[in-house]
Amino acid sequence: MTDLHNKSVAQLAAMLKNKEVSAVEVATRFLARMGGNPHNAFLDISSEVTLAQAQASDAKIAKGTAGPLEGVPIAHKDIFVTKDFATTAGSKILKDYRSPFDATVVSRLRDAGMVTLGKLNCDEFAMGSANENSAYGAVTNPWDTTRIPGGSSGGSAAAVAARLTPAVTGTDTGGSIRQPAAFCGITGIKPTYGRASRYGMVAFASSLDQAGPMARSAEDCALLLSAMCGPDLDRDSTSLNVANEDFSRTLTQALQGLRIGIPNEFFGEGLASDVRSAIDTALEQLQTLGATLVPIALPRTELSIPVYYIIAPAEASSNLSRFDGVKFGHRAKDFSDLAGMYEKTRSQAFGEEVKRRIMIGSYVLSHGYYDAYYLQAQKIRRMIADDFQQAFSQCDVIAGPVAPTTAWKLGDKSDDPLANYLADIFTLPASLAGLPGMSLPVGFGASGMPVGMQLIGNYLQEARLLNVAHQYQLHIGHHTQAPGGAA
Amino acid sequence: MSLTSHDIDRLAQLSRLQFEPAAAERLLGQLNGFFEIVEQMRAVDTTHVVPMAHPVDAMQGLTAAIFDADELGLTLRLREDVVSEPNQRDANQRSAPAVERGLFLVPKVIE
Amino acid sequence: MSAAKLVHGYEVVIGFETHTQLSTKSKIFSRASTAFGAEPNTQACAVDLALPGTLPVMNKGAVERAIELGLALGSHIAERSVFARKNYFYPDLPKGYQISQFEIPVVQGGEVSFFLGDEKKTVRLVRAHLEEDAGKSLHEDFIGQSGIDLNRAGTPLLEIVTEPDMRSSEEAVAYAKELHKIVTWIGICDGNMQEGSFRCDANVSVRKPGASLGTRREIKNLNSFKFMQQAIDYEVRWQIEQIEDGRAIQQATVLFNPDTGETRAMRTKEDAADYRYFPDPDLPPLVISREWVERVRSEMAELPRVMAQRFVSQYGLPEYDAMTLTQSKAMAAYFEETAKACGQAKLASNWIMGELSRRMNADDLGIDQLPVKAAQLGALIRRIADNTISNNAAKHVFDALWPLEMTTASGAPSMVDDLIDSMGLKQMNDAGALEVIIDEVLAANPKNVEEFKAGNTKALNGLVGPIMKASKGKANPAQVNALLLKKLG
Repeated sequence: MTDLHNKSVAQLAAMLKNKEVSAVEVATRFLARMGGNPHNAFLDISSEVTLAQAQASDAKIAKGTAGPLEGVPIAHKDIFVTKDFATTAGSKILKDYRSPFDATVVSRLRDAGMVTLGKLNCDEFAMGSANENSAYGAVTNPWDTTRIPGGSSGGSAAAVAARLTPAVTGTDTGGSIRQPAAFCGITGIKPTYGRASRYGMVAFASSLDQAGPMARSAEDCALLLSAMCGPDLDRDSTSLNVANEDFSRTLTQALQGLRIGIPNEFFGEGLASDVRSAIDTALEQLQTLGATLVPIALPRTELSIPVYYIIAPAEASSNLSRFDGVKFGHRAKDFSDLAGMYEKTRSQAFGEEVKRRIMIGSYVLSHGYYDAYYLQAQKIRRMIADDFQQAFSQCDVIAGPVAPTTAWKLGDKSDDPLANYLADIFTLPASLAGLPGMSLPVGFGASGMPVGMQLIGNYLQEARLLNVAHQYQLHIGHHTQAPGGAA
Repeated sequence: MSLTSHDIDRLAQLSRLQFEPAAAERLLGQLNGFFEIVEQMRAVDTTHVVPMAHPVDAMQGLTAAIFDADELGLTLRLREDVVSEPNQRDANQRSAPAVERGLFLVPKVIE
Repeated sequence: MSAAKLVHGYEVVIGFETHTQLSTKSKIFSRASTAFGAEPNTQACAVDLALPGTLPVMNKGAVERAIELGLALGSHIAERSVFARKNYFYPDLPKGYQISQFEIPVVQGGEVSFFLGDEKKTVRLVRAHLEEDAGKSLHEDFIGQSGIDLNRAGTPLLEIVTEPDMRSSEEAVAYAKELHKIVTWIGICDGNMQEGSFRCDANVSVRKPGASLGTRREIKNLNSFKFMQQAIDYEVRWQIEQIEDGRAIQQATVLFNPDTGETRAMRTKEDAADYRYFPDPDLPPLVISREWVERVRSEMAELPRVMAQRFVSQYGLPEYDAMTLTQSKAMAAYFEETAKACGQAKLASNWIMGELSRRMNADDLGIDQLPVKAAQLGALIRRIADNTISNNAAKHVFDALWPLEMTTASGAPSMVDDLIDSMGLKQMNDAGALEVIIDEVLAANPKNVEEFKAGNTKALNGLVGPIMKASKGKANPAQVNALLLKKLG
């Protein structure tokens, strides 16, 4: 069983079910690979907790009461609160925080039988595109450790790429699943807003945050998504009351007759030629599988940058007000009064990017600026959503790049927040509209770094996206490639 | 619409944040750079457009075809008025910075 | 509207914001209990504490109570209303924002009417909206620190906002009392002011008649009617003094100190209060169908103003009586039972508003604690109406009924007749016997008879007295007068 770490979620689930291997063996193998915390991917590990969960899984398998993913390991982005592991959200303000409850997504995956390996590094409060904003150090890209893994789910993506775990959860607010998946050469999907419960996800931007799985294949993502999603009517008022689906059910559907919309705004000057070339090749391959390409327009693509960076910080500035040193989390030591306690606590323990976004958020919501900024942004948001509906009248799915370039070097953009924002241009529109979007690896760029292709579907069309990705992956094996040393 | 250091002070106050003068200066530059790209957004004509505060607003098209709007969750769901949260004070206060006799302690609140 | 009552030549302008805690069992956005008096933080669950990852879920009971209030006040109940975040920092506000309603509240418009003296007043409502209550800060037991108890955080509130229609502290208190009655009558709030269930903020300003509105100051957290009046009176005098001394009034939030009787500006919590309201992304819009409103309407007990109107039309009572008798469900029920028992609505009203209320207040009893039951009062009034006893005698019977200890016979209408007999209060209605007495008195007082016949009607009084005495007070005065006049031509 030396290459357990190369097995997919589907394969591991079958092996465990057939008792070819025990959950404890699987967990032990992955815990060993996590030793030394390669890539700084993890923020909290506890072998006692993991092995206890594995033992419980083995007992269920023996009794015949195993769940669909019993004994398969998973690690959670540190945005999801967990009872048995610390939760920091990548921030000093939650150092040593212990949640008294588990996030719904975490509970559902545990109910399906999955064994938790630990909590994964991420940009602080999910704010970032490079995982350089974590208070606990940057994460490195397993394909080239001088480069960023992407963000904010950088630890999640790196852990899968480095085969430290077969599956992870991530969160995507403006692209934080899709972009690191692309930069690390793995597969990830952000479902329709409201599909997965937000209860227990440390809130960044409430109308945009969504949980989603990342793994090496679409087939795996489909299994994970099925276990994660479903209405959480008692706890999350934004949870859609849609019966949960088996997202694997149409994976094998042929792509004959599929219309793929190609937004011309996604293929402009800003797109690096090596990325464009890999995407073009992938699109040709989809055509040979039976799809047709349809040119479409998403005219407000560029506007999605200011619109997102007004709405998300606005919501964040409010969501982060609860971090005040009163009830939980960090409290400063040196203050003389209440005002001082608030200011010192928050200033000491929030990172620069977080503070920057709180300031932007407070500004656009302030009296006198609300109409011109926040309200205007929400109006354009609706126009962007309408643009997509217009596009979907002509095509079934939309395809394009995830990011204008492949992963850049650590430190290259860390002093330039605006450069980071601009690089989000292709992932923001689907976030704003609440549409499902995914990323799958389609090749490599000039520096040998992975390139991801984005697929965007209409509301509740995750199964369709996974089907397209799966069909592609049956024929092209980019998703099976591992960074040197990881396999 | 350019921000000034007075704006930085006001916003910091509102957000309970403190900045060293150098950091405040740097922040001012970054924010002004950001708001330059925001200007293109302000110029868009949005007369008669209804703002979209909730993404579920955009999913209205799903209704009629497949789902009932209220059932889907496009409007606020209401729960029955039932008490079902037991006392979990100890667990909830596990990560509290300062607690005495069940109360969260803070510097004196002066009204 | 009658001329406003001026204070030192200034017109007083008052508007109220009242926070009523709703009588739901669980909180507005969480399933923790709202019961008063629990140990600190034992009724503050993860959602109430704003632990990371928690989200609000709306309590149907809170919405229903908002609908009930809207129906009671004749307001418009919004088909679609939106929850908004009001952002500010305070230790008793766990999320650093309060979920409230801003642009589109659930209840819009409406009015509250009441009598001030014998003048009817109507105060218009701007709106009433749903929001969550904050926790509490306790200062006494800690040196240099405060202890925060979040049990109250998340209790549902309806904030009821009026137009600045009130013109005196008396009117303001009368409004508050009427609103208090309404919310307790319809059962949406327990009205316990000591426990903080009903808290008023008074916005007070002054102006010379005809001038535009003055700058107002807000007196916060008035939770007693007595203090309400004192506080407003002080604030008015203070503002007038300031203006007379040439100082402008600065907008401020003030607290009333019951020990000193003064209002004092609070330390500002947040600069110029920029709350940065925006629609709460965690809560989709609240939709209230007209069917739901009608269902609530059909299930509600008769509303006070509807009942008052019915008292006017059904019993022929003046509006003043109707409004006074409908001050509580219990009093209204008492009146109706009495009126039905004796068939004399106006007399019943007079007795309840007069003698009964006097005794109730003097002995500090609630209407459900009275020794005189409605059926008894009804029986008593019937005996006045059928001339068995005089009004005066009835008062004696009433007094006798009042301090009686509660026995199994208590409350029995038959006690009335028993007491009339045992106290010998039966009026003499026998015309024959009365005529004999009258003839005797007339014969014994020829001078009065002559004076009366000469045109001095007052001379009659000199005859009535001896007649009443001779009859041992049992003569029916009306009958005496009638017979005298008949005999004297």
